[in-house]
Amino acid sequence: MSSAHVTPGSVPGPKLAAHFASLEVQKHAARLGMWLFLATEILLFAGLFACYAAYRFLFPEAWAASSRSLDLTMGTINTVVLITSSFTAAMAVHYAKEGKNAMVGHMNVLTLLMAVGFLVIKFFEYKHKFHIGTLPGRYYFYEGIQLPGAPLYFTVYFASTALHALHVVIGMTVLAFATVRAYRVGDFNANNYTQVELGSMYWHLVDLVWIFLFPMLYLV
Amino acid sequence: MTPSSSIAAPGAVPGHEAHDDHGHHPSYLTDGTTVKSWLLTVDHKRIGIMYMVWVLLFFLVGGIFALLIRIELLTPGPTIMDAMTYNRVFTLHGVVMIFLFMIPAIPSIFGNFLLPLMLGAKDVAFPRLNLLSLYVYLAGAGFALWGMLNGGLDTGWTFYTPYSAHTTTTVAPVLFGAFIIGFSSILTGMNFIVTTHTMRAPGITWFKMPLMVWALYATSCIQVLATPVIGLLLLLVTAENLFSLGMFDVARGGDPVLFQHLFWFYSHPAVYIMVLPAFGVMSEIVSAFSRKNIFGYRAVAYSSLGIAFVGFFAWGHHMFVSGQSTFNAGVFGVLTMLVGVFTAIKVFNWVGTVYKGAVEFSTPFAYFCGFLFFTVFGGMTGIAVGTVSLDVPWHDTYFVVAHFHFIMVGATIMAFLAALHYWFPKMFGKMYHEGWGLVSAAFIILGFNATFIPQFLVGNAGMPRRYYEYPERFQALNVASTAGASLLAFGFIIIAVYLTYALIYGERVDNPWHSKGYEWLTMSPPPTHNFIGPQPTYPEEPHFYVDPKKAEGEVSDV
Repeated sequence: MSSAHVTPGSVPGPKLAAHFASLEVQKHAARLGMWLFLATEILLFAGLFACYAAYRFLFPEAWAASSRSLDLTMGTINTVVLITSSFTAAMAVHYAKEGKNAMVGHMNVLTLLMAVGFLVIKFFEYKHKFHIGTLPGRYYFYEGIQLPGAPLYFTVYFASTALHALHVVIGMTVLAFATVRAYRVGDFNANNYTQVELGSMYWHLVDLVWIFLFPMLYLV
Repeated sequence: MTPSSSIAAPGAVPGHEAHDDHGHHPSYLTDGTTVKSWLLTVDHKRIGIMYMVWVLLFFLVGGIFALLIRIELLTPGPTIMDAMTYNRVFTLHGVVMIFLFMIPAIPSIFGNFLLPLMLGAKDVAFPRLNLLSLYVYLAGAGFALWGMLNGGLDTGWTFYTPYSAHTTTTVAPVLFGAFIIGFSSILTGMNFIVTTHTMRAPGITWFKMPLMVWALYATSCIQVLATPVIGLLLLLVTAENLFSLGMFDVARGGDPVLFQHLFWFYSHPAVYIMVLPAFGVMSEIVSAFSRKNIFGYRAVAYSSLGIAFVGFFAWGHHMFVSGQSTFNAGVFGVLTMLVGVFTAIKVFNWVGTVYKGAVEFSTPFAYFCGFLFFTVFGGMTGIAVGTVSLDVPWHDTYFVVAHFHFIMVGATIMAFLAALHYWFPKMFGKMYHEGWGLVSAAFIILGFNATFIPQFLVGNAGMPRRYYEYPERFQALNVASTAGASLLAFGFIIIAVYLTYALIYGERVDNPWHSKGYEWLTMSPPPTHNFIGPQPTYPEEPHFYVDPKKAEGEVSDV
């Protein structure tokens, strides 16, 4: 289907799928769809936050002690990295609206580099935990904290950070597509920036989830 | 009111090919006949039909499991299977019926088919996403079926921990399958919400949408907001079962009641995913077959949203005996009863619609009558089990089983069958035999009562659910229930026969009900892009049979 109908005029616009009334409506639909999808993502993490809240209420001492065992410096660096990457993602949308496709690409590449940086730091944190034994459930063998509930803290820690890391990877894939299009095709302009915008929205969500996870896990 | 076709923003011209020629327009059924044209279609109508094929297939599977349960319970001792097989059979009955049949049944089949037609749109907002949701559903179903064939699981469809984390049966693939099916549900819900917001034809304001659309909209909100939570939970339990992740591991402080909270946070609203579309179907049918405008349109529309909203805050009534505080139990009990208030608003409005209507008692209306009885009966017993003091003795007995079957089978299946009969001519342009329709409706409604009324009695007498054996004194009622189930099955077989016959030899019809629903404004079966020529406008409300002002005699000169 989707018999393409390109709006006549000097500025090349996006394709209008035949079932939409107008290009405006089509953009509105895409944005609304993305917002709904982000709502589902928030509910997904909300389930984990509920687990966190329940267990923190049951085991406050273990939660405090386990939280101390995390590397606050690495966590803080990661937070700064991720928030900065959200800034470059937003700048990509700004340049897309102005039609500066090269800058869209550059900004997305910066975002992707910071995302990789985030994952590398996360990898070293994980590696350390595997080494000392602060692991979920029955794999826990850390001598330092012997409080009941400590293995649960690390179950919550690994479940939420791993799920978040998965979202980082998905977000990177989405941004990578927009980057390739910005460099190869270069057709983003004031009329046609939905792809960059939606990718950026998703990236902000990934950032937002981390902004919740960081104080919950590191700053108890 | 916008005058017709003045909306044309640039590019709003409907499909270039459908303009000036008044030649032959193939229906969506014949526009492309290759297998590929079906499998890779993005037409919402074809996707709806494909959903129908699969969902009916899974209904057959779930129904066979149901009959196996009933045959096993014919005698107090072992009848045709051992205890372990029985546990697997009732689990699979629940899993198949809920995840593969009930949840997608009305939204994915009739919602997909009708939503754009009812909004005067050419398709849903995201047609490719729509097709994706079908294949995601099939992928999830594939996982689940693979798990069932490789041993099945014996946890009950509720997958309660800690048992589900430790049982040696095949839990992981089935849970993972249900997780994947959840994505399909989310995608459909998102698509419907965006479609309702952005695709309404000129003239269709929010309060001129058909009530089916309101119901689907409320359902979609639940699907989008509740499904991710069970998605996460199923992942956690899968990880628990496969890798001992430890989230609900009691030995290390994990809390099984937390699992129950999260489980019912989805699974209670899921009941409204199943039953709200049923209410929508019935709002359409009661109006069409009473030849009267729906009574209390806004009340019916708002009560759908009300049920969707309150449904999110009632989950604790599944856990009255799980060790939550009495304060919690009381609050959840009261909130549960609010659902009853909203449902009663709908019931009174339907009855008000029939009142002084010119009722045409054909098959869909017969199902409406059955539906009304089951909804009221199931709803009232719902208020009963929502009362904490009454629930304590009834908890986990057949009383609860009978109650939720009254709502989930009684209300939803009646609506499913009513929708199938009401929209069969719309979907295929063919008419079935009305007499056989009424006969099978009689079999199904009577058979259903015969199956589940004895279960109320046996549950009240103390028979627990999910038990393999029972004392002698419960046998008479169990035999009655099994006999009823056979009647029910017989009714379904009759339907399958005459609908298949009608599909091939049925009389060609366009709008046999003279219905004024928006979806009937186009031809049956509809052409590929739903409408021929410029986009239609909708000056009147849906189901506008009588002008109330004229009927009251207030307006003498027009």
